[in-house]
Amino acid sequence: MSMIVSGIGQGLLWAILGVALFLTFRILNFPDMTVEGTFPLGAATAVTAISHGVSPLLATGLAFITGALAGLITGLLYTKGKIPILLAGILVMTACLSINLRIMGGANVSLLGKKTIFSSHFLQSLPKYFDSVFVGLLMIVIVTTLLILFLQTDLGQAFIVTGDNPVMARSFGINTDNMTIMGLMLSNGLIGLGGALISQNNGYADINMGIGIIVIALASIIIGEVVFGELTLNQRLVAVALGSILYRFVLLIVLQLGFSTNDLNLLSAIILALCLMLPSLSKTLKLTHVFPKGAGSNGTK
Amino acid sequence: MEQNNIPILSLKNIVTFVNQGTPSATMILKHLNLDVFNGDFITVLGSNGAGKSTLFNTIAGTLPPTSGQILHIGSDITGESVEKRSRFLGRVFQDPKLGTAPRMTVAENLLLATKRGQRRSLALRQLKQNMPAFKQATVSMNNGLSERLNTATENLSGGQRQALSFLMATLKRPDILLLDEHTAALDPNTSTQLMEQTNKKVLDQKLTCLMITHHLDDALKYGNRLIVLDNGQVRFDVRGEEKAALTKEKLLSFFGDIA
Repeated sequence: MSMIVSGIGQGLLWAILGVALFLTFRILNFPDMTVEGTFPLGAATAVTAISHGVSPLLATGLAFITGALAGLITGLLYTKGKIPILLAGILVMTACLSINLRIMGGANVSLLGKKTIFSSHFLQSLPKYFDSVFVGLLMIVIVTTLLILFLQTDLGQAFIVTGDNPVMARSFGINTDNMTIMGLMLSNGLIGLGGALISQNNGYADINMGIGIIVIALASIIIGEVVFGELTLNQRLVAVALGSILYRFVLLIVLQLGFSTNDLNLLSAIILALCLMLPSLSKTLKLTHVFPKGAGSNGTK
Repeated sequence: MEQNNIPILSLKNIVTFVNQGTPSATMILKHLNLDVFNGDFITVLGSNGAGKSTLFNTIAGTLPPTSGQILHIGSDITGESVEKRSRFLGRVFQDPKLGTAPRMTVAENLLLATKRGQRRSLALRQLKQNMPAFKQATVSMNNGLSERLNTATENLSGGQRQALSFLMATLKRPDILLLDEHTAALDPNTSTQLMEQTNKKVLDQKLTCLMITHHLDDALKYGNRLIVLDNGQVRFDVRGEEKAALTKEKLLSFFGDIA
């Protein structure tokens, strides 16, 4: 039972990464590698700030800002520097490795004995693992609600159309460069926020904690799409959060089968690859009746 | 009489290259001059490579000219971006895929079009409040679009998509409307239908419009002015009664290969 609660808690905390990546991967239609750098950047920012006596809430906010700044740099390299997005992301991700070491002053920083957002009396009074469920749920509800509201504004619609048809967007007066930069900042800010929450939940920040992040975030997006099929944009954001929880359950099962945590990145990659291949697999294996219509194919065109 | 007014759009001595900076750089527009006046409905003819699309791309801002000047009601817009020029410019592309956002619904596309050239803020988009107006606008196209306001445009037929593109380009009245062979990708019936609706709307709303076409018949039938592009320059420019008197045979005798 506690395994399941822990899985839900982790799933909810990591869901923020899925929702953040959704903004670039599904709405702007490109894979943003920056997240592998901004996740530990957010963690490093928050943990270092907390260990210097900054309040955990403010430290978490700072993590959003540093993440957004990294996103800004990727955006500028891509739109103004005309560097392909994949490379721009890899450049910033690589640069973040050094920045993170500078921020932390070493390869890892522990939060042992420090106050984090998980240290409040209320959260401590909850049964084991329910603190991450509570914080994760609260954060994902706030983030998803704000995003859904944002996407219903004129600016949000301009952001969506930028990914959908940039030529048309420009012909209607939308500055697609600015929209792209804004999306990268928002997305990486949220990734930084996720890094801050997860590092506080873990009790430490580590220079290598960003490895494989993009695969984990993608997995929640793709699993959500595969399981829930054709949805409206707003519903898809919720599906990402649920996909994140399902992904944690899959990992739990796999670990129960006897794999070690060292195998997690391999397993994550295999799970994601299978989910990505599902639309074509189900076609060849005639499994269309097993999965809902349109599953996994949303926006991949 | 019109000539005494300030042209709504004026191209002065425009030189435009394509593939500039590469070994395959080619001069397409060669010191082109063109004045477009309020109420002009210009059909643009010319053989492949004459510079029709380059002319439109230069006007829209997609391809900045190497030299020359573009004026919009007297003010210099040569250096303005596509986004900036959209405040007075509506455009329909030849490719039905280019003019609409595929994953957004018909209504959402129309909503984006109502704010052409405006700053987008954090105000709520007000889709519901606009629905009656969108219903009314799409009914006029008479092709089933009004029944599909909540359909993603990727699920529309090519004809419906082009009709939507055309509606979007004219929803907020543009000073200049660019139609780049907007019916070329459609089947003959749909194409004729959209041409008729285009003509009706341009005349009803007294739009100023440039329309590229490969059909001599269409070029003669529609519009009140006809220009022929040849080798990057305007070679032939007739208007009014002179245009009305023009025949296919006459046109072909001047230019054997214009379409």
